[in-house]
Amino acid sequence: MTTSPTPAATPRREIRNISIGDLSAYRLPPPGVVSILHRVSGVLMFLLLPFVLWLLDLSLTSEDSFERLRAAAQTPLVRIVASVLAWGFLHHLAAGVRFLLLDLHVGVDKPAARRSAVIVLATGIVLGIAAALWIFGVL
Amino acid sequence: MAIGSKRLVVGAHYGLRSWLAQRVTAAVMIVYAIVLLGLWVAARVHDYDAWAGIFAPLPMKIATLLAFAALGYHAWVGVRDIWMDYVKPVGVRLALHLATILALGAFAAWAVQILWRV
Repeated sequence: MTTSPTPAATPRREIRNISIGDLSAYRLPPPGVVSILHRVSGVLMFLLLPFVLWLLDLSLTSEDSFERLRAAAQTPLVRIVASVLAWGFLHHLAAGVRFLLLDLHVGVDKPAARRSAVIVLATGIVLGIAAALWIFGVL
Repeated sequence: MAIGSKRLVVGAHYGLRSWLAQRVTAAVMIVYAIVLLGLWVAARVHDYDAWAGIFAPLPMKIATLLAFAALGYHAWVGVRDIWMDYVKPVGVRLALHLATILALGAFAAWAVQILWRV
Protein backbone atom coordinates (compact mmCIF):
# COMPACT_ATOMS: atom_id res chain seq x y z
CA MET A 1 0.00 0.00 0.00
CA THR A 2 1.47 3.28 -1.11
CA THR A 3 0.86 6.58 0.58
CA SER A 4 -0.76 9.23 -1.54
CA PRO A 5 1.78 11.47 -3.23
CA THR A 6 2.11 14.74 -1.36
CA PRO A 7 3.74 17.56 -3.30
CA ALA A 8 5.90 18.72 -0.44
CA ALA A 9 7.95 20.78 -2.87
CA THR A 10 5.30 23.46 -3.20
CA PRO A 11 4.65 24.99 0.20
CA ARG A 12 1.14 26.33 0.42
CA ARG A 13 0.64 29.89 1.44
CA GLU A 14 -0.69 30.02 4.95
CA ILE A 15 -3.82 32.13 5.27
CA ARG A 16 -4.29 33.71 8.66
CA ASN A 17 -6.26 36.52 10.20
CA ILE A 18 -4.33 39.75 9.89
CA SER A 19 -3.14 41.31 13.13
CA ILE A 20 -4.20 44.70 14.45
CA GLY A 21 -0.93 46.27 13.26
CA ASP A 22 -1.68 45.31 9.66
CA LEU A 23 -4.99 47.16 9.61
CA SER A 24 -3.58 50.48 8.42
CA ALA A 25 -1.83 48.83 5.48
CA TYR A 26 -4.77 46.59 4.54
CA ARG A 27 -6.62 47.84 1.49
CA LEU A 28 -10.21 47.04 2.42
CA PRO A 29 -12.49 47.10 -0.65
CA PRO A 30 -15.64 49.33 -0.51
CA PRO A 31 -17.97 46.41 0.41
CA GLY A 32 -15.65 45.68 3.34
CA VAL A 33 -15.78 49.32 4.45
CA VAL A 34 -19.59 49.25 4.27
CA SER A 35 -19.61 46.06 6.32
CA ILE A 36 -17.36 47.25 9.15
CA LEU A 37 -19.14 50.62 9.28
CA HIS A 38 -22.44 48.72 9.50
CA ARG A 39 -21.09 47.14 12.66
CA VAL A 40 -19.61 50.38 13.99
CA SER A 41 -22.83 52.31 13.39
CA GLY A 42 -24.85 49.50 15.00
CA VAL A 43 -22.72 49.57 18.15
CA LEU A 44 -22.94 53.35 18.18
CA MET A 45 -26.73 53.27 18.08
CA PHE A 46 -26.87 50.57 20.75
CA LEU A 47 -24.60 52.59 23.06
CA LEU A 48 -26.57 55.78 22.40
CA LEU A 49 -29.96 54.16 22.98
CA PRO A 50 -30.19 55.72 26.49
CA PHE A 51 -29.46 59.13 24.91
CA VAL A 52 -32.23 58.62 22.34
CA LEU A 53 -34.69 57.48 25.02
CA TRP A 54 -33.74 60.53 27.08
CA LEU A 55 -34.54 62.77 24.08
CA LEU A 56 -37.83 60.92 23.50
CA ASP A 57 -38.67 61.20 27.21
CA LEU A 58 -38.05 64.97 27.21
CA SER A 59 -39.98 65.42 23.98
CA LEU A 60 -43.10 63.59 25.16
CA THR A 61 -43.40 64.03 28.92
CA SER A 62 -44.77 67.58 29.07
CA GLU A 63 -44.81 70.95 27.42
CA ASP A 64 -42.21 72.00 29.97
CA SER A 65 -39.84 69.10 29.22
CA PHE A 66 -40.38 69.73 25.48
CA GLU A 67 -39.05 73.26 25.99
CA ARG A 68 -36.11 71.88 27.99
CA LEU A 69 -35.36 69.59 25.04
CA ARG A 70 -35.47 72.62 22.75
CA ALA A 71 -32.87 74.27 24.98
CA ALA A 72 -30.74 71.12 25.20
CA ALA A 73 -30.86 70.82 21.39
CA GLN A 74 -29.05 74.17 21.16
CA THR A 75 -25.96 72.89 22.99
CA PRO A 76 -22.99 71.87 20.81
CA LEU A 77 -22.54 68.50 22.55
CA VAL A 78 -26.12 67.37 21.92
CA ARG A 79 -25.89 68.62 18.33
CA ILE A 80 -22.64 66.77 17.66
CA VAL A 81 -23.87 63.53 19.22
CA ALA A 82 -27.17 63.80 17.33
CA SER A 83 -25.30 64.43 14.06
CA VAL A 84 -23.07 61.39 14.50
CA LEU A 85 -26.13 59.39 15.41
CA ALA A 86 -27.91 60.60 12.27
CA TRP A 87 -25.00 59.42 10.12
CA GLY A 88 -24.97 56.08 11.99
CA PHE A 89 -28.68 55.58 11.41
CA LEU A 90 -28.51 56.53 7.71
CA HIS A 91 -25.45 54.39 7.00
CA HIS A 92 -26.89 51.44 8.94
CA LEU A 93 -30.20 51.77 7.06
CA ALA A 94 -28.61 52.09 3.61
CA ALA A 95 -26.18 49.24 4.25
CA GLY A 96 -29.01 47.12 5.67
CA VAL A 97 -31.14 47.63 2.57
CA ARG A 98 -28.10 46.63 0.48
CA PHE A 99 -27.69 43.45 2.52
CA LEU A 100 -31.38 42.63 2.10
CA LEU A 101 -31.05 43.07 -1.67
CA LEU A 102 -27.93 40.85 -1.70
CA ASP A 103 -29.97 38.23 0.20
CA LEU A 104 -32.48 38.41 -2.64
CA HIS A 105 -29.59 37.85 -5.08
CA VAL A 106 -29.81 41.41 -6.40
CA GLY A 107 -26.42 42.89 -7.36
CA VAL A 108 -24.33 39.95 -6.19
CA ASP A 109 -21.67 40.07 -8.92
CA LYS A 110 -18.46 41.89 -8.08
CA PRO A 111 -18.82 45.14 -10.09
CA ALA A 112 -22.45 45.59 -8.98
CA ALA A 113 -21.62 44.85 -5.32
CA ARG A 114 -18.75 47.33 -5.45
CA ARG A 115 -20.96 49.98 -7.05
CA SER A 116 -23.74 49.51 -4.48
CA ALA A 117 -21.17 49.70 -1.67
CA VAL A 118 -19.94 53.07 -2.94
CA ILE A 119 -23.56 54.26 -3.24
CA VAL A 120 -24.23 53.20 0.38
CA LEU A 121 -21.11 55.02 1.64
CA ALA A 122 -22.01 58.16 -0.32
CA THR A 123 -25.64 58.03 0.86
CA GLY A 124 -24.54 57.89 4.49
CA ILE A 125 -22.06 60.74 4.08
CA VAL A 126 -24.24 63.06 1.97
CA LEU A 127 -27.48 62.55 3.92
CA GLY A 128 -25.49 62.55 7.17
CA ILE A 129 -24.04 65.96 6.34
CA ALA A 130 -27.51 67.20 5.37
CA ALA A 131 -28.87 65.95 8.70
CA ALA A 132 -26.01 67.61 10.57
CA LEU A 133 -26.68 70.92 8.80
CA TRP A 134 -30.35 70.64 9.77
CA ILE A 135 -29.45 69.78 13.38
CA PHE A 136 -27.08 72.77 13.57
CA GLY A 137 -29.81 75.02 12.20
CA VAL A 138 -27.96 75.88 8.98
CA LEU A 139 -30.48 74.22 6.69
CA MET B 1 -19.51 24.70 28.79
CA ALA B 2 -20.56 22.93 25.67
CA ILE B 3 -23.79 21.35 24.54
CA GLY B 4 -22.75 18.08 22.92
CA SER B 5 -19.33 18.01 21.31
CA LYS B 6 -19.36 21.26 19.33
CA ARG B 7 -22.12 23.57 20.52
CA LEU B 8 -21.16 26.29 22.94
CA VAL B 9 -23.54 27.56 25.63
CA VAL B 10 -22.83 31.13 24.51
CA GLY B 11 -22.62 30.28 20.81
CA ALA B 12 -25.00 31.18 18.01
CA HIS B 13 -28.35 29.45 17.77
CA TYR B 14 -26.99 27.20 15.05
CA GLY B 15 -29.68 27.81 12.54
CA LEU B 16 -31.65 30.21 10.46
CA ARG B 17 -33.60 31.77 13.27
CA SER B 18 -31.27 34.62 14.23
CA TRP B 19 -30.44 35.34 10.61
CA LEU B 20 -34.11 35.54 9.71
CA ALA B 21 -35.03 37.50 12.84
CA GLN B 22 -32.40 40.08 11.97
CA ARG B 23 -34.04 40.65 8.60
CA VAL B 24 -37.66 40.54 9.75
CA THR B 25 -37.03 42.99 12.59
CA ALA B 26 -35.19 45.29 10.16
CA ALA B 27 -38.22 45.27 7.86
CA VAL B 28 -40.54 46.07 10.80
CA MET B 29 -38.36 49.05 11.76
CA ILE B 30 -38.22 50.35 8.19
CA VAL B 31 -42.03 50.25 7.91
CA TYR B 32 -42.39 51.97 11.31
CA ALA B 33 -39.82 54.64 10.38
CA ILE B 34 -41.74 55.42 7.17
CA VAL B 35 -45.05 55.64 9.07
CA LEU B 36 -43.53 57.90 11.75
CA LEU B 37 -41.88 60.13 9.14
CA GLY B 38 -45.21 60.40 7.30
CA LEU B 39 -47.12 61.32 10.48
CA TRP B 40 -44.40 63.82 11.45
CA VAL B 41 -44.56 65.54 8.07
CA ALA B 42 -48.38 65.47 8.01
CA ALA B 43 -48.67 66.96 11.53
CA ARG B 44 -46.20 69.77 10.69
CA VAL B 45 -44.69 69.31 14.14
CA HIS B 46 -43.31 72.44 15.72
CA ASP B 47 -44.83 72.33 19.18
CA TYR B 48 -45.45 69.87 21.97
CA ASP B 49 -49.13 69.26 21.25
CA ALA B 50 -48.57 68.24 17.63
CA TRP B 51 -45.70 65.92 18.58
CA ALA B 52 -47.46 64.33 21.57
CA GLY B 53 -50.61 64.04 19.44
CA ILE B 54 -48.81 61.54 17.20
CA PHE B 55 -48.23 59.16 20.11
CA ALA B 56 -51.54 59.74 21.92
CA PRO B 57 -53.69 57.14 20.06
CA LEU B 58 -53.38 53.60 21.38
CA PRO B 59 -52.60 52.05 17.95
CA MET B 60 -49.55 54.33 17.63
CA LYS B 61 -48.41 53.45 21.16
CA ILE B 62 -48.68 49.75 20.29
CA ALA B 63 -46.95 50.21 16.92
CA THR B 64 -44.13 52.13 18.60
CA LEU B 65 -43.73 49.48 21.27
CA LEU B 66 -43.66 46.72 18.63
CA ALA B 67 -41.04 48.65 16.66
CA PHE B 68 -39.02 49.01 19.88
CA ALA B 69 -39.35 45.26 20.52
CA ALA B 70 -38.06 44.68 16.97
CA LEU B 71 -35.19 47.06 17.73
CA GLY B 72 -34.41 45.18 20.91
CA TYR B 73 -34.30 41.79 19.20
CA HIS B 74 -32.29 43.26 16.30
CA ALA B 75 -29.79 44.86 18.69
CA TRP B 76 -29.55 41.64 20.70
CA VAL B 77 -28.60 39.58 17.63
CA GLY B 78 -26.16 42.23 16.43
CA VAL B 79 -24.45 42.86 19.76
CA ARG B 80 -24.33 39.13 20.49
CA ASP B 81 -22.57 38.61 17.13
CA ILE B 82 -19.95 41.14 18.21
CA TRP B 83 -19.35 39.43 21.57
CA MET B 84 -19.07 36.10 19.74
CA ASP B 85 -16.53 37.56 17.29
CA TYR B 86 -14.23 39.30 19.76
CA VAL B 87 -14.72 37.74 23.21
CA LYS B 88 -13.57 34.15 23.50
CA PRO B 89 -13.64 33.23 27.23
CA VAL B 90 -17.04 31.61 27.85
CA GLY B 91 -17.58 33.13 31.30
CA VAL B 92 -16.84 36.69 30.18
CA ARG B 93 -19.03 36.24 27.13
CA LEU B 94 -21.91 34.92 29.22
CA ALA B 95 -21.61 37.93 31.52
CA LEU B 96 -21.64 40.31 28.54
CA HIS B 97 -24.67 38.52 27.04
CA LEU B 98 -26.50 38.90 30.34
CA ALA B 99 -25.53 42.58 30.62
CA THR B 100 -26.78 43.19 27.07
CA ILE B 101 -30.12 41.51 27.75
CA LEU B 102 -30.59 43.37 31.05
CA ALA B 103 -29.76 46.70 29.39
CA LEU B 104 -32.24 46.07 26.57
CA GLY B 105 -34.88 45.00 29.11
CA ALA B 106 -34.34 48.20 31.08
CA PHE B 107 -34.56 50.32 27.90
CA ALA B 108 -37.82 48.56 26.95
CA ALA B 109 -39.32 49.32 30.38
CA TRP B 110 -38.27 52.95 30.01
CA ALA B 111 -39.85 53.08 26.55
CA VAL B 112 -43.15 51.73 27.93
CA GLN B 113 -43.17 54.42 30.62
CA ILE B 114 -42.44 57.20 28.12
CA LEU B 115 -45.15 56.04 25.74
CA TRP B 116 -47.91 55.40 28.25
CA ARG B 117 -47.47 58.76 29.95
CA VAL B 118 -48.48 60.61 26.80
